[in-house]
Amino acid sequence: MATYETKQARPAPSGTRGIVHWLRENLFSSITSSILTILSFVLLYLIIPPLLDWMIFDATWSGTKEEITKDGARWIFIYEKFNQFIYGFYPEDQYYRPNLVLAIFILYTIGFRNINNTLVRAFILISFPIISVVLLHGGFGLEIIPTTKWGGLLLTIVIAAVGIIVSFPIGIIFALGRQSDMPIIKTISVMYIEFIRGVPLITLLFMSSVILPLFFPENMDFDKLLRALIGITLFQSAYIAEVIRGGLQAIPKGQYEAADSIGLSYWQTMGLIILPQALKISIPNIVGTFISLFKDTTLVLIIGLFDVLAMVTLTSTDPNWLGFETEGYVFVTFIYWVICFSMSKYAKSIEEKFNTDHK
Amino acid sequence: MKKIKKEPQKDVAFYNNPEKRAIIYQILALIGIFLFTYFILNNMFINIEKRGINTGFDFLSSEAGFGILQSLIKYDESNTHGKVFIVGLLNTILVSAIGIFFASLIGLLIGIGRLSKNYMVSKLCMVYIETFRNIPILLQILFWYNVVLASLPSPRQSINYFDTVFLNNRGLYIPRPILESGFIAVIIAFILAVIACRYLVKWARKKHDETGEEFPVFWTSLAILIAAPTLVFFVSGTPATLEYSELKGFNFIGGWTLIPELLALAFALSIYTATYIAEAVRAGIEAVPKGQKEAAHALGLKDHIILKKVVLPQALRVIIPPVINQYLNLTKNSSLATAIGYPELVTVFAGTSLNQVGQAIEIILMTMAVYLTISIVISFIMNYINDKIKIKER
Repeated sequence: MATYETKQARPAPSGTRGIVHWLRENLFSSITSSILTILSFVLLYLIIPPLLDWMIFDATWSGTKEEITKDGARWIFIYEKFNQFIYGFYPEDQYYRPNLVLAIFILYTIGFRNINNTLVRAFILISFPIISVVLLHGGFGLEIIPTTKWGGLLLTIVIAAVGIIVSFPIGIIFALGRQSDMPIIKTISVMYIEFIRGVPLITLLFMSSVILPLFFPENMDFDKLLRALIGITLFQSAYIAEVIRGGLQAIPKGQYEAADSIGLSYWQTMGLIILPQALKISIPNIVGTFISLFKDTTLVLIIGLFDVLAMVTLTSTDPNWLGFETEGYVFVTFIYWVICFSMSKYAKSIEEKFNTDHK
Repeated sequence: MKKIKKEPQKDVAFYNNPEKRAIIYQILALIGIFLFTYFILNNMFINIEKRGINTGFDFLSSEAGFGILQSLIKYDESNTHGKVFIVGLLNTILVSAIGIFFASLIGLLIGIGRLSKNYMVSKLCMVYIETFRNIPILLQILFWYNVVLASLPSPRQSINYFDTVFLNNRGLYIPRPILESGFIAVIIAFILAVIACRYLVKWARKKHDETGEEFPVFWTSLAILIAAPTLVFFVSGTPATLEYSELKGFNFIGGWTLIPELLALAFALSIYTATYIAEAVRAGIEAVPKGQKEAAHALGLKDHIILKKVVLPQALRVIIPPVINQYLNLTKNSSLATAIGYPELVTVFAGTSLNQVGQAIEIILMTMAVYLTISIVISFIMNYINDKIKIKER
């Protein structure tokens, strides 16, 4: 008869926690993986140190142009031209006006997220454009600054903001039109959306800057900026319309039927039941189009407006500052990257706030 | 049970009857559009007359009188604006094709890398995507053109690869194959090889259905496609030679030249679009439920067969539509070439030709029509592919 013998307990598997385990799991799990890890580090070694040298250690941060001795980045160019990058040719003593608009914008953005009163929200949405136009352009006792003097980041933001604010209601109307039962309305909406989405933005900008003046009576003088804004708005509203259509399609039929059964009219159904849900679903995609619009505002440089990117080209042809494009481009890249990245983060936070799913 | 007959309520005013109201709305919309069109057309004719602008498409047959940096077909200054249009269109197609090829390649690699279990690889891919997607494409084009390519050495100090490929600030020089008449045999051999492969695929599928045996179709086809034309090429006495670029005086002569404008544009377009393709690839692969893989494992299928027959067919359904949309975006973005002067449609036709003849309406509309046609063609292709790959439900 066999006797029971206790077996020696096997040693525990070598650590399932700790750095060594993590490294083995995530960096050296197989031969291919190890090779890839090493290649990644080589790549980082090739890119990061020279980049840091150029951007920080060898860079010239202050002083005058004559003092540049090192071959790193010459940030004094940015320092020197900073005001032009931000405000364009806006008179220096009036800088407080765009600054004020920005402050109001930030205040309103925070307010919009934290106040749940519809009336206050509506007030914010309506008052902001009016205040901004008055502050930036002048009138009511303020000195008038013609739009030809607007430039730099200021112009970029004005174009993006107008594009976003104006195209939103137009986009909703075309989205509803495309979903409509009325054949003529539907055809018009489909044709508009497909036409705009089928052509590059640059041709629309050319159209609004070259052809648009021909379409209106001669005495109607169109501001160059206004023409660009019209092109951008046409473009953006078609994209918004498609995004909102996606949201509308996701609403179950039962929602329409329920609204019908309690006797709501078309506009009540849309405004109170369907659109709030559709817009909520579409938020990520709407912000996606906002981000692409913000990047697309750079195209106005092709029709001769001086946005922040065009400012780089302009300032680096200044005879005193020839050949400083690299620094300029890096600076503008930084601006765009930060704004686009924060927009997508802001979108995520709004998405979570509006998320009414029970978790 | 009595059936309720649906009868129009008579006591309702016509503006409260939804059907009648719909008709009224539509008529109003039509009238509005009609008035608007009349207003702008009327103004247009008045303006055109006042400013003495020519109308019509006669300009297409008049002499252009300007040179074009690069052209796929023979073009010189005495050619017409119609030919400028063709040259621009071909250049648009060229840069789009190059861009689409490289964007797909980079996008696929980055998208798969993003899902890698290797921490470094997936984080690097994420950094790539987040960086290049958040920088305007125009800025990237200008950066490559004005900073990177402009800092390349002059032709005399060219970067030289084996004396066949040269890179300098005037462009990239690669050897050009010169085809002789005998080359047609090679082309015929290639076509025959393609046909042979089709039959091979059919035969292999039949064999698999009958016996369950797998035949290495892919590698065999690849071998046939490469071997057959190569064999014919040497048998028929190498009917093609390479023309190399040579430094003569201040510049290179012979071979193919890829001008810096083309390089910068293709570079920026591929790198930018690849970020979107990578995200589409990732979303597609992530959309395949894990259970599918586990089920396939449970059946004892090998990893590469699971990838080929279970994961990819389902992932592709999600991947293809957004990727084709990105191809369309890339083509439309190629119009930004006008910022650096690469001679595609918008630069030479909506730019130089427009400045010369001043017929903005015709030229812009023609340019738009080209892009509209391309998008319609692409959406047809997309619908066709969607029909092919969608789950066949009974």
